[in-house]
Amino acid sequence: MLASCIMTRGNDPFIDEQNDPVLLDQWHVVASIAELRRGPVRTILLGRRLTVAIRQDQPVAHHADGAAAATMLHLEYVWVCLGQKPARLFDIPELAEPERRVVHAGSFGVRTSPPRAIENFLDLGHFPYVHKDFLGLEPHTEVPPYRVSTEQDGQELFARDCRFFQPRSAANASEGFIVEYVYRVPHPLCAVLYKLNPLDRDRQDVIALFCQPVGPEQVRAHMLVSLLDDTSDDAELIGFQQLIFAQDKPILENQVPLRLPLSPGAEVPVRADAMSVAYRRYLAALGLRHGVIAA
Amino acid sequence: MIRLHHYELSAECYKVRLLLSMLGLAHETVQVDMYPGAAHLSDSYRRLSPLGRLPVVEDGDLVLDDANAILVHLAASHDPGGTWFARAPGQIAQWLGYGAALAASLGAARLMDCFDTGMDSAPLIARALPILDALDRHLWLEAAEGHFYLCGTGPTIADIACFADTVLAEEAGVALRRYPAVRRWHDRVRMIPGFIVMPGVFPR
Ligand SMILES: [Fe+2]
Repeated sequence: MLASCIMTRGNDPFIDEQNDPVLLDQWHVVASIAELRRGPVRTILLGRRLTVAIRQDQPVAHHADGAAAATMLHLEYVWVCLGQKPARLFDIPELAEPERRVVHAGSFGVRTSPPRAIENFLDLGHFPYVHKDFLGLEPHTEVPPYRVSTEQDGQELFARDCRFFQPRSAANASEGFIVEYVYRVPHPLCAVLYKLNPLDRDRQDVIALFCQPVGPEQVRAHMLVSLLDDTSDDAELIGFQQLIFAQDKPILENQVPLRLPLSPGAEVPVRADAMSVAYRRYLAALGLRHGVIAA
Repeated sequence: MIRLHHYELSAECYKVRLLLSMLGLAHETVQVDMYPGAAHLSDSYRRLSPLGRLPVVEDGDLVLDDANAILVHLAASHDPGGTWFARAPGQIAQWLGYGAALAASLGAARLMDCFDTGMDSAPLIARALPILDALDRHLWLEAAEGHFYLCGTGPTIADIACFADTVLAEEAGVALRRYPAVRRWHDRVRMIPGFIVMPGVFPR
């Protein structure tokens, strides 16, 4: 009786997904430096239990049997690579600009596939419905055309010239305006959003989502925000991003199927969503197997 | 003015936000970075709540750091109609206790999963299920009598105390299919004037 009303967690029989060579050779965030300052973190990456810590300013990660995993400190986080040929890890150079605050906004468990979490982050079409009164408002539901391109030899995906009316685009926004966006996908499970600042509309806020693949249907989502905002305190900045993310969480957890279908036409979006199609194509070109339904 | 110290994703804080809205009480809010900042454990916050509890309400000289205590205070001092608590204090207090037990089991399990603490929430869920069973049975029997709220024919703070964690049950991995009376009661709470949502809670 107990089992019947507890929803199944991403405990998966498809073991080869956890050995997806594309993801084994990528670096993945496993914990924020902020969290590690309070003590070691036990977490799961691609089905493998890891203990992560910072010792004498150096990140360390160990498997359950004591074997060490390769680690790197980068962008407020500890990253781990499980494979033999670690891929190049991307940078977000904008974060080094002066006057910028860079804040870790939390690591959240979400019962969905890692690609679904990224696809949702890239989707402008859901704003008026899921983030009503914040990132969108009916009847402003139309997504104007934008430009999609792959760069860096197919390793990075961009959407440029995205525009969308937002009633309250950030913690410090006092009025609605048409926000300009650039989306960047520099890693199959990481996405960076550059967004016009509500007060200084020549400069950009940066919001990044790093998805740690716990398993094909379980994500640990790390959120980084870097805003040009000297009026809101950290609690307000973090609170705003968490509110937006928490609105997405139940949507993500109830999506059917939880894995992202890669075959063209598997899910025809109601609104032509060029970035969603491009992201699926980008994953298919990389040969990703984890958390997807292959074409 | 009433000042509420709260955290957006906390169901305990949602209880207080709900009642403030349903009573139409003007108030100011202070966001507390409970996660990841652990600001509720800071020295400055502990001057308000020595145990670092959320939410806190300051009303004049009174400082309360317990959701049930705040619900009782607001209903007793700021509800001119006297319908939210005074009608059946003993019965309502019992359900406030159930609400606290739900927060300590279902609510704690939800936050454990949400903040990805790596801890096993199954023992907490096992404690929550008998409470959900009791709630469902009570609501079913009461509805058969024409009582559509936990304590009679109108909403009380008992409803608020038990609504928040149960409406978010799926985020703790508990499906509400088995609790039809609870789901029908959720819909009635959603229709109370002044009802507001939090992330994970959907309007009717
Ligand atoms: Fe969203």
